[in-house]
Amino acid sequence: MSWLLLIEQVLNGLQLGVMLFVMAAGLTLVFGVMGLINLAHGSLYMIGAFAAAAVAGATGSFLLALIAALGAAAAAGALVEIIVIRRLYGRDHLDQVLATFALILIFSEGVRWAFGSFPLFLDIPSYLSGPVSLPGGILYPAYRLAIIGIGLAVALGLWALISHTRLGVQIRAGEADREMIAALGVDISKLYTVVFALGAALAGLAGALVGAIQSVQVGMGEPVLILAFVVIVIGGIGSIKGAFVGALLVGLTDTLGGFLLPQLFALFMEPSAAGAVGSALASMAIYLLMAVVLIVRPAGLYGEPA
Amino acid sequence: MSRAAVVNAAIALSILAVPLYALAADEPFLITLATRAAILALAGVGLNIALGQGGLVSLGHAAFFGIGGYAMGIVAFHAQSFTPLMIGPLEFQGSKSMPLIWLVAILSSGAAALVIGALSLRTSGVYFIMITLAFGQMLFYFAISWPAYGGEDGLSIYVRNGFPGLNTLDPIQFFGICFALLGAALWISARLAASPFGLALAAARQSVARAQAVGLNVPRIQLAAFTISGMITGLAGALFADLNRFVSPTMLSWQMSGEIMVFVILGGTARLFGPVAGAALYVLLEHLLGGISEFWQIYLGGLLLAVVLFARGGLVGLLAGGAR
Repeated sequence: MSWLLLIEQVLNGLQLGVMLFVMAAGLTLVFGVMGLINLAHGSLYMIGAFAAAAVAGATGSFLLALIAALGAAAAAGALVEIIVIRRLYGRDHLDQVLATFALILIFSEGVRWAFGSFPLFLDIPSYLSGPVSLPGGILYPAYRLAIIGIGLAVALGLWALISHTRLGVQIRAGEADREMIAALGVDISKLYTVVFALGAALAGLAGALVGAIQSVQVGMGEPVLILAFVVIVIGGIGSIKGAFVGALLVGLTDTLGGFLLPQLFALFMEPSAAGAVGSALASMAIYLLMAVVLIVRPAGLYGEPA
Repeated sequence: MSRAAVVNAAIALSILAVPLYALAADEPFLITLATRAAILALAGVGLNIALGQGGLVSLGHAAFFGIGGYAMGIVAFHAQSFTPLMIGPLEFQGSKSMPLIWLVAILSSGAAALVIGALSLRTSGVYFIMITLAFGQMLFYFAISWPAYGGEDGLSIYVRNGFPGLNTLDPIQFFGICFALLGAALWISARLAASPFGLALAAARQSVARAQAVGLNVPRIQLAAFTISGMITGLAGALFADLNRFVSPTMLSWQMSGEIMVFVILGGTARLFGPVAGAALYVLLEHLLGGISEFWQIYLGGLLLAVVLFARGGLVGLLAGGAR
């Protein structure tokens, strides 16, 4: 095992982690402020990716594609919030799960109807397609490095938004006491729409960025959605800081588990069996991590004890 | 007879009438459809014990459905390929006998439900939903990456397993087995709801604090309900795998969990016959709308949305009216 390979895997883990954070931030914000569990968050991720692929195909500009992803996902989010989601705030979680599950069916089949079942491809822009040489002689893809940079910038931007702006004050107040800030004259239903659209835009951005590494297809959102759930359960639901720590933990565990576990088992097993056992265990590693966190802290790392 | 009882009887009779008609009209496909409805209903009856009676919103019941399916697949696979399964020093030849397979399916899905439930029930509310979902995904990815039993491709069983005294290859006889098991599960579910245990479970659903204050051990009651629920869904999984003679990780996927939950809600939560009505409606819609449009799930999504937003009692609630 070479150190260069290990560092590369750590960077891959970071890249997965920051993307999971961008996904999970919207999810945890919506839960923190509105108390809503939104399974359709993965559909917004998919919408962002498809909007980006369509615009990139038409204009050839990756930047325009990212803007389209943000815009399309935010618009879809705002629309869904106004038509469906706002009827669910007072309902119990079971109704929310089912209604948003229904939204997944509608979004997935709608996108399949509009774009077909074949995956689309979103090309990495030429100025980011090559490798970058890092100190120590590591060659790492520039695009993945850019994703890490964008993810960290989003984290910083969210922190600034929540702790230093008027909207951020309202969001924090909404988490603490909904009735009170409504009584103080804040237009609560507009605030909810804005928060939901903000979360949706972040999901769309993540979808577009990841869509350029993987393929853009129907159903791409749900595996990421479930990882994002694991992230916010580990971090504590409603906590942005928890989502950040949880996302990095999950990203690193998943990537390093897939890399190290087969090698670990190869120390005392024959190679083919070690590969099978190692990769099977690695695919379960993040869920085991989640189970351990919950046994120690049932409300997550940064969650308020229920 | 109350209105609810009439509706229940009508639902049960219509599920029974369709295959009998199909037998007379010689349309074996309809029998298969009814068998599918009965098996999915059985899975829903299992989930309804946790969801409806216990208020435990599990979005991971595909785990038990899939474990039941894989129990059938693995036991039958060793019998069909004549490769004994070594469990330590013990040698197990595999089996093609349904009762034995059911026993393995019920025990293994029950054991899984016991472990997953014990961990998940440390939490409640949204955490519980997400954790059951995540444990389901864990098993899904495990099944995909574990190559011994087909991995992602799944496992085919060439001949349907046998039941002493019956010819399971005959569609109507296999339907009979599934219908009888569904009836048994409904009976157990009804007895459970009326028993002191069921009353304690309902009390815990309505208020954990009050149930604890009168001395009930809420976590233990909920864990027992969750385990029973997982066992019944696991049995349904074994039958489902036998119906298709095929088991794959799809049975463990989270969409499956969502669908099982949809049966319960379409029919009506906490109604004894809710899952039966829901599963029958689902299979019917799948068959009818699937014939009209390739994108039939859009309509299913719209219908589900309408039920959640406007008709909270589901189908049985609409027909029978009033609370249970």
